[in-house]
Formats: sequence, C-alpha cells, structure tokens
Amino acid sequence: MQPTSQLDRRNFIRLSGLTGAALVLGFRSSGAEQTADAALYNLETAGSTFEVTPFVIIDKMGLITIMSNKPEMGQGTYQSIPALIAEELEVSLDKVIIKQTSGEAAYGSQTAGGSSSVRGSYNQLRKTGASAREMLVTAASQQWNVPVTECYAENASVIHKPTGKKFGYGELVETASKLEVPKNPTLKKPEDFKILGKSIQRPDIPLKVSGKAMFGMDAQVPGMVYASVERCPVFGSKLISYDDSAALKIKGVLKVVKSERVYGKNKYEGIAVVAENYWAALQGRKALKVQWDYQGFDKFNSKEYEQSLRDMAKQDGLVAHNVGDFDKTFADSGIKLEALYETPIVSHSPMEPMNCTVNWMEGNKVEVWVSTQGPNIIKKEIANSQGISQDDVKVNVMFNGGGFGRRLYGDFATEAASIARAIGKPVKMIWTREDDTQAGPFRPMTYSAMKGSLSADGKVTAFQHKVISPSINGTSNAKYDKTKVDGTMVEGISDQKYEFPNMKNAYVYSETHIPLAAWRSVTSSTLAFAHECFIDELAVKAKKDPLAFRLELMSKESDAKKVLTKIKEFSKWGSPLPKGWARGVAQYEFFAGLAAHVVEVSKKADGSIKIEKVYCVIDLGTVVNPDNVKAQVEGAVAMGITAATKDGIVFEKGQSLQTNFQNNRMLRMNEMPKVEVMILADGGAKIKGVGEPGLPPVAPAIANAIFAATGKRIRRMPFDLNKIV
Amino acid sequence: MPVFNLTINGKAHSVDVDASMPLLWAIRDVVGLTGTKFGCGIAQCGACTVHLDGSPIRSCSFPVVAAVGKKITTIEGISEKMDHAVQKAWIELQVPQCGYCQSGQIMTAVALLKTKPHPTDADIDAAMAGNICRCGTYQRVKKAIHRASELMK
Ligand code: FES
Ligand code: FES
Repeated sequence: MQPTSQLDRRNFIRLSGLTGAALVLGFRSSGAEQTADAALYNLETAGSTFEVTPFVIIDKMGLITIMSNKPEMGQGTYQSIPALIAEELEVSLDKVIIKQTSGEAAYGSQTAGGSSSVRGSYNQLRKTGASAREMLVTAASQQWNVPVTECYAENASVIHKPTGKKFGYGELVETASKLEVPKNPTLKKPEDFKILGKSIQRPDIPLKVSGKAMFGMDAQVPGMVYASVERCPVFGSKLISYDDSAALKIKGVLKVVKSERVYGKNKYEGIAVVAENYWAALQGRKALKVQWDYQGFDKFNSKEYEQSLRDMAKQDGLVAHNVGDFDKTFADSGIKLEALYETPIVSHSPMEPMNCTVNWMEGNKVEVWVSTQGPNIIKKEIANSQGISQDDVKVNVMFNGGGFGRRLYGDFATEAASIARAIGKPVKMIWTREDDTQAGPFRPMTYSAMKGSLSADGKVTAFQHKVISPSINGTSNAKYDKTKVDGTMVEGISDQKYEFPNMKNAYVYSETHIPLAAWRSVTSSTLAFAHECFIDELAVKAKKDPLAFRLELMSKESDAKKVLTKIKEFSKWGSPLPKGWARGVAQYEFFAGLAAHVVEVSKKADGSIKIEKVYCVIDLGTVVNPDNVKAQVEGAVAMGITAATKDGIVFEKGQSLQTNFQNNRMLRMNEMPKVEVMILADGGAKIKGVGEPGLPPVAPAIANAIFAATGKRIRRMPFDLNKIV
Repeated sequence: MPVFNLTINGKAHSVDVDASMPLLWAIRDVVGLTGTKFGCGIAQCGACTVHLDGSPIRSCSFPVVAAVGKKITTIEGISEKMDHAVQKAWIELQVPQCGYCQSGQIMTAVALLKTKPHPTDADIDAAMAGNICRCGTYQRVKKAIHRASELMK
C-alpha cells in the first residue's frame, strides 16, 4: 500500500461520493517515506489534487466513509479492511459507508491475492484509525476547554467523562483538521477490541441475499451492447479467415469485429459478435464460419505430455535446496522408498464467468466495470495492450463472483477493450461457461518424484522432493529464465518443519504452450499432495502412526508442531471410529500460512469411498473475523475436494475435453463433508493468511485416509471416489 | 417479432425478443433485473433459478415464450424488506461468500421449504444438488435451511 501518486479531485469525489467540507485522513508520500496526514478539504472547491490519500473521511454531518482498497471476492475484505480502521476509530461498521477504491495510483497495490490483504495492512490501517480518534478526542477537549485525559471516544462521539457531555464526530471535524497528525498514536489493546477478533456480520451479506450486490456481470452502462467472442479452442492457432454473413443476418446482431486477448507474452485472436443483447450475440457467434490454422498444436494431448513428464522425472534438474549428503545416504541405505506423484491441470471456474464492460471514449479515455482481484492489473494490462496511458483507464471494481487467482489476470479485460475500441460504444463482453472452462489460464499440473530412506529404527535418513512441471511464469513471461530454479514451482517443499538430516530438492522445467496461472494456494495445492502422502508412505514403512511419525520428525518447537499437536487433540486422533471408517492427516506450510487437516472417510459396501468429516486447524496468530475464517476454510475444503476427486482439464487434439459443469464437475451439496475448524490465534505480531492455507492439506489427508481404509495408496490426482478399489 | 407479456414479481413487462431467448436473458438484459445470475447456460449450476408459478426452474434453459401467462418470481421478488425467513437465516448464518450463486441457492431453498416445511438433511441434499457453489458454502446453506424452517414455524 505504497502511495505512488496523488489522487485528483475528480477521482476523489467520485470515490467518496461526498461534497462539502470534510476531514480527510490518510497518507501523504514525501519521497520514499509515507506519513499519516490529515486535512480539512472543501470538496467542492478543493484544488485539483489531494495531497492526502484518504482512508477515512468524516464530514460535518458526521457521515463517515472508509475506503477498502482490496476487492471483495467472498474472502471478506469488504469488512476486514474497513474493520481495521473502524476498530481504532471507535465506530461500528454498520454506521460507516464503505467505498471500494478503483486502482487509483495513490492507493498503491489494490490486489487481493496470496492471502495477503489483512496481513499486509494490519498495522498501517489501525494506525490511521487511531490517529483520527486521537485527533477527534483532542479537538473535543479543546472545544470544551478540558484536559484531554477526561475525554474518550465511543460510538462515533467523544464523551467528557466527568460531565457526560458529548460531541458527535461531525461537530469536531473543523477543529480536528487543524491538529497535527499524531506520529505514534496509541493502538487499542486487543482485550478492548469491539470488532477485531469478533464474528461480526459482514456488510456485503444483505446485498448478496437480495440480488442487490453488483457483480461485473451486472454492470449497466447507458447505450451498452453485448459481445461474445469466438476463439480457437486450440491454443497457438492463427486465424485464416472468417465469414460473418450469416451472423450479421441474425436479429439483434450489430457488428462483427476482430478481438485480441493478451495474456503475458501470448496473444489470442478472436472474432467478436456484438449485439443488442447477449443471447443475440451468442446466436450470431454460432452462425460464424471460421477457419483456423492450428500450426500443429492440434497434436498436443495430455497423455503424451504426461508421459514426457514421467520421462523427465529421471533428470536431476536444478537443485532447489540441499542439506547434508542426500545422494550418498540414500544410496547406502537399506530401507528406501521411491514414488512418483501426479496431479492434473485444473480450471478456476469461479461461478461468475469472466466478463468485462468497457466504454471507449473520445481521446482514448477508457472506463471499465469489472470483477477483478486487482484494479491496478486491469489498468496496466489494458493500457499496455492498447498503447494508451494508465491514467486514462478508469476502473470500477465490482463484487467478484469468485476469484481463486483467476481474476489476478487482466487478459479478458484486454479482449473486451479491443472490442470496445473497435466499435466505439460501451460493450459488455461475457464469456460463456465453455469459454471460461476452455480458454485458461489454468492451474498447472506438477509431478513429484519422491525419494526417502529410513534407518532400522524407523527414522528418516534422507529425503528428496523433485518437482517436474511446466511453469506459471514460463507460460506468460517472455523473459523466463529456465536456468534458474522457479521458486513458485517448488513452493513450500523445502520449508516444512520436518527435520531431515539429508535433503535434496530439485526442479525440472517442462515447456508448454498452455497458458497457466496461480490458483488458490498456487503450487502448494499440488505439491502438498505428493509431499504429505509420501511422508505417510514413510510412516507406514517405519510401522509408525502417521501423526506420531510426523511429530517425531519435529523435535524443535514450531508453529507446525503446535498445529499438528492441536489437530491430534481436536480430531480425537486414535479414538475408535465406526466400522469401515478411517482417518488421514496432512499439514502444509507455505507463503500464505499454515494449516493441518484430519479427514475421516468411510468405505461403502459397493467399494466407494465417502468423505465423512474434515477437521481443520488453521494457524493465524491474529484473527479479524473468526466466523469468516471458518467460512474460508470450509470453502477451501470444498475446493480441495473438487480438485482431488473430480475431472481436471484433459487435452486432446490440442483442446480441453472439458467444456462446462457436466464434464468439469464441481463438488455438490450432497458430497460435502462436515467441516470443523479450529483457529489458532495466540496474538502477537505474526499474521498469517486465511483464504488459501486450508487448501493444500485437503487432498493428501483424503488420500492418506483412503490408504488407511483400503490399503490402496493413491499417487495420482484426480481420483474417483467411486473407483478406488 | 413477437412481443411477450411477462409478469415478474407481480409487475407486467412486455419484452420484444426472439421466442427462443431463454427467460434468463429477458430478465437480465431486457427487463434489467440482475439478481438472477448466469453460471453455465445448460441447467447444470442453478445460478439462474427463478420461480414459475412457485416452482423452481432454470431460467437459462427455459424459453421466454413458455413463461407467458405465468407468475415469475426472482430473488428481487421474494420479500420487500429482506425479511423472508430464508433471507433472515442466510444472514444469521452468514452463508454467502462471493455471493454469486446465492440468488439461485435461495430461490431453490424457498421452493423446497414450500413443499417440505421441515426438510431432512437428505431432502436438502436432493433439492439443492443442482445448485453449485464454487466457494463451498454448502454446510452453511444446509444449516440455514434448517434454521429458516424453524423461523417459519
Ligand atoms: S445458468 Fe442456468 S443452471 Fe447454470
Ligand atoms: S458463494 Fe461464491 S459461488 Fe457460492
């Protein structure tokens, strides 16, 4: 959140929706430094730019506006970001107006990703709220002419303790604005918190149970038309020609234009059918006759690509991490294990398909309405792809109908912008579910070649995790350096708290032309499967209880050890289960945080497996809204089960076989296990992420439970729960 | 081009569209009620669920012509003040995450409770299996349906 430039007046008024005079509190950047600052602005007559990047605005009527600079995609930032300010400001969240920032440079990065939103803002935003509170309290003491120590803030007012006199914040705005902003305001003690750490109802929920929440899909712009784009389902193809004569005859179809979608180094051509309504655009698209040159990419298929990954598993690869002497210890060991783990490409499939509304105006000024995890990303990608200035791209951030990493990319917005530019009218481009399923970018598959050796008394003497995979960065970045270990593709494998005396982890890079992207919990979502199932294999080989075996590998105190100890107790590990039931455990620690799960499965008479229950312990340090954390973990479990047990994306003849939810199936209500979540929040400075850590342990905990129930070791995702035995 | 007369949430609307246009697009693009969502277009996800004479249908796969003369209810029409028992239960249990599937979840749940005021878990599984929630709010949806059933007593 590094303010990089100033906010102009027009943008500010649009953002805040305010007129008249108001106390504006936020940050001012002076060189590399940024300091809290405040000013009273008359919003109608203020100069053209605001020196202060406002986070809190209080007008003279007492109306309080708080900025949320992270998009809301279901993870709760619409509450959690303003909550940080409101707590310190002593106002309840239902009394403030929350405004979503829109990629204004002054607000710095507004990207919600990497489970970082609260972690990144926790102290700074609390300080902003605390500064405002102290200034208002001081202002009241001056207006009453009483010692400041006799005054305190509560419920958007300042109260004089001895007399009970009261000023609403609005009445203090003028005086407060003349005060210095405190450099080190006193933050509230956690035990005095009224919002943070409490399960307060989220302000976006009423909007979402009444159809009032506005998603990108719901943007309405006067004069708007609709577009659907025909693309080649075979990545890497070139357009030879198209015939739009039949399409143009369809009632409602207005125009057919070429479009271009830019994803990193890749450019994808399309033919956009523009119509009065979306249905007509779809009909027109069906009537197009298009000829593509596949350029040989129609030969690409998953089967061969997967075999190439298996073959590459024999290579040494680049060393990512090396302690002790793995090679010698492993070679000399009498008890050893080797296994290859395989995972699929999967789609993000948020429930709201990709869509973007763009108005291309005179002078190449652009306004965009979009569900995005990062308005700055949208600005940058549209500006770069269209050769215009970022300052001329105005982004309206809508509620995201799911993100999961997919909306960290602006490719679909560049496509919509190219259409809007060609037709010179506001246009809403909507991807069909088929487009959304087939056009990528996707989560990459990773293969993991695992090796481990044990001493006679069942201690791990050597361990290796070698990742063989394409790379997210490699498919988008033209300057990708394949001579270096790709940190994202080996995420977490060298950071687990298991103490292995000899460990050598490695990375083998595999080229692909399929566009790849970060997906909720990124590469940890597949690497944890290999890592934690193989630990289980070693435990079995050592004839030890899998949870006890893991704890034995952690002699030193750590958060991971604490989490495993807690999950043992929380899941009643070792207690008797109904006949046919069994348990599995897994944990994973990576950039976003740390969680451990115990899964209980049952084996049915027909041999199928049912996931009955999932216990989760998530380690946070500090928690903003416990109920929301639970919701996020419940969601991560559902998503993890889908990725582990449903279809994945399979390529044949260069294109995805999966098209829509009938063959790219998602977990449904009747398949959802019971989920119980325990949050570890022992305070302290360290704050861990919420949205992602619940995901990586899901698949390995299920597979480990299935092994315990059936004796069958699963080394490939996805696995069909009806076809295990 | 035929004009179709639709009754949506008790209000008459005439829409001048192709007879094959699914009701979903007539509701969203022509009438302008955007609470009903597009998720798949092939009756697989339930995001577009509305009521036709009180019964849930997938409006993405239902031609507008077949809705003429029937009472159509969308999420905007189930209550004026957000005080339907299902909405209250949804708020109380903080069901939505991203919220995109929730209009459909709620419309299906409202219809279920009409035919089965006291549904069992199995009834809920059967009735709600057609509504995908990618955010994974299923556990809360189930609890909230039980809660709404209590609130309706
Ligand atoms: S949009 Fe109608 S069921 Fe999915
Ligand atoms: S709440 Fe996001 S899809 Fe259901």
